[in-house]
Amino acid sequence: MEHFLALVTKPDNVPILAILFLIPYFMWLSYRQARQTDITGVPSDAELNDKVYVWPYLCRNEFICAIIVMLVLGVWSIMIDAPLEEPSDPTKTPNPSKAPWYFLALQEMLVYFDPWIAGVVLPGLIIAGLIAIPYIDINPKGKGYYTIKERPFALAVFSFGFIVLWIVLMIVGTFLRGPGWNFFAPWEYWDPHLVVPLTNVNLSYLFGIRSETTANFFGFVVVAGYFSVGPIFYLWKRNSSRFLQELGLVRYIVVSFLFLTMMALPIKMILRIFFNVKYIWVSPWFNI
Amino acid sequence: MNEERKGLKEKITNSDIWRSIFRHGYEDTGRRYTLQILQNVWLHLHPPRVSRHALNFRFTWCMGGITFLMFLVTAVTGVLLMFYYRPTAEYAFRDVQYLEFDIPFGMLLRNMHRWAAHGMVISVMLHMFRVFLTGSYKKPREFNWAVGVILLLVTFFLSFTGYLLPWDQLAFWAVTVGTNMARATPVLGHEGPFAPQDITQSNDVRFALLAGTIVGPSTLLRFYILHCVAVPLLASVLMALHFWRVRKDGGISGPL
Ligand code: HEM
Repeated sequence: MEHFLALVTKPDNVPILAILFLIPYFMWLSYRQARQTDITGVPSDAELNDKVYVWPYLCRNEFICAIIVMLVLGVWSIMIDAPLEEPSDPTKTPNPSKAPWYFLALQEMLVYFDPWIAGVVLPGLIIAGLIAIPYIDINPKGKGYYTIKERPFALAVFSFGFIVLWIVLMIVGTFLRGPGWNFFAPWEYWDPHLVVPLTNVNLSYLFGIRSETTANFFGFVVVAGYFSVGPIFYLWKRNSSRFLQELGLVRYIVVSFLFLTMMALPIKMILRIFFNVKYIWVSPWFNI
Repeated sequence: MNEERKGLKEKITNSDIWRSIFRHGYEDTGRRYTLQILQNVWLHLHPPRVSRHALNFRFTWCMGGITFLMFLVTAVTGVLLMFYYRPTAEYAFRDVQYLEFDIPFGMLLRNMHRWAAHGMVISVMLHMFRVFLTGSYKKPREFNWAVGVILLLVTFFLSFTGYLLPWDQLAFWAVTVGTNMARATPVLGHEGPFAPQDITQSNDVRFALLAGTIVGPSTLLRFYILHCVAVPLLASVLMALHFWRVRKDGGISGPL
């Protein structure tokens, strides 16, 4: 426990502590406004045309905001010193070696996927997916105000990705990953000699497949089957769903691909944690 | 009573001393407010008027502005730090130590730079979250959202390149771990799937990033130049574009 406190109060981890308070606070703040809009309706035109002069009203707010932020930053800088450890030494690898805190969600993904997926493909898709959001979210409602009722799906997907797969994984990576990137509860001692038996097996093995070729084929079928859930759903609902017709085929393919890719992470996490699954698809060229 | 005060005010503002300091009074008119914005080089980024809800902390969380403020703080403190820092393996670590122990307010300077940088990463993430929650990326702001995503990456990269510069164990290993994954880039990394035969450790993408096969003196120089010159320039250009687009897209979003 003591060492956990030491970890939490490490200077470079202060931003994470701040995030622990800021995220719930802003979620609460936005939830309250969303609920109000959902009950009383979107503000009327009259309210919207209510314009005010930037000078002095906006400038004053900016000024006050800047002063408060500079005060916080000043106090923070006086109270807490930036860390400086021993001079760098390529022969002394610390255990655990961690990336800066804002990359720890990515480092955490390395537990579940090979580096080329966790470190390259998924980050690339996160960026591409973020840029794609305005072009695939064709819901014209909920623009410029907080609401839940008018765009539940968009909010649920983004919040899950941002809060759970980015912020929570970052916090886990910072506070609960110790030597060998093993998981340690806060009250546990970070034992650098902890031996964790490697009992993970491939999914094909769990299904009793022993031949490599069959396993390769099996993995391909599972992964291809997973990603074809999107197109199948489209074919099934195409005629009955107005929404799908408005979305169009191209947008639908992009949405379903990005969504399924995002959900692959929690699915793989569950498979790993509860069923000790190592890889889903083992092929001669890559493993997934 | 009121009359009396008015009289006193006039007496003061008409006095020779007052008028020697202030050449003219301040007209309390809309025209005056507008000119105040238009004629000031630092303020003319703003429109003369905004809708009332844009002033509301609860709506914008002020996070875009705070991100910009943090950027300015890091720019100013960063320039000051550059006077004391040499980006070579011999000097880097010792210069930081020297800065901390022998330069007046050197420690404070370094702290402000580091915490403002971390603050910028926090506020940019919260800014993105707010823009999503208010649906502000929707038409006509699609492109500005894309500019924002690039700014998010640029912010991460600024912070990451700076992380190496103290050249201590923390810096060295964080950057080693952070760049290790580039080995596995498909096709372009020497350990990645589908890498052609002639992609090796000394010509893949990781080599391009590190200027070496491991983090070394040339990496330090490369990250220094990226951190102090290239990426801040890129960030400034993108921020100019971002702010310009906020206005051209009709100011802060609102229900319309
Ligand atoms: C260096 C980083 C950034 C800076 C300095 C910055 C600054 C700002 C500022 C000052 C505003 C005015 C409104 C406000 O404060 O909320 C704004 C609006 C906006 N930003 Fe950013 N931003 C940055 C990054 C981002 C990112 C990462 C995104 C999204 C991925 C983004 C998307 C937007 C959009 C769409 C608007 C218009 C919002 C509206 O009209 O309500 N920006 N930005």
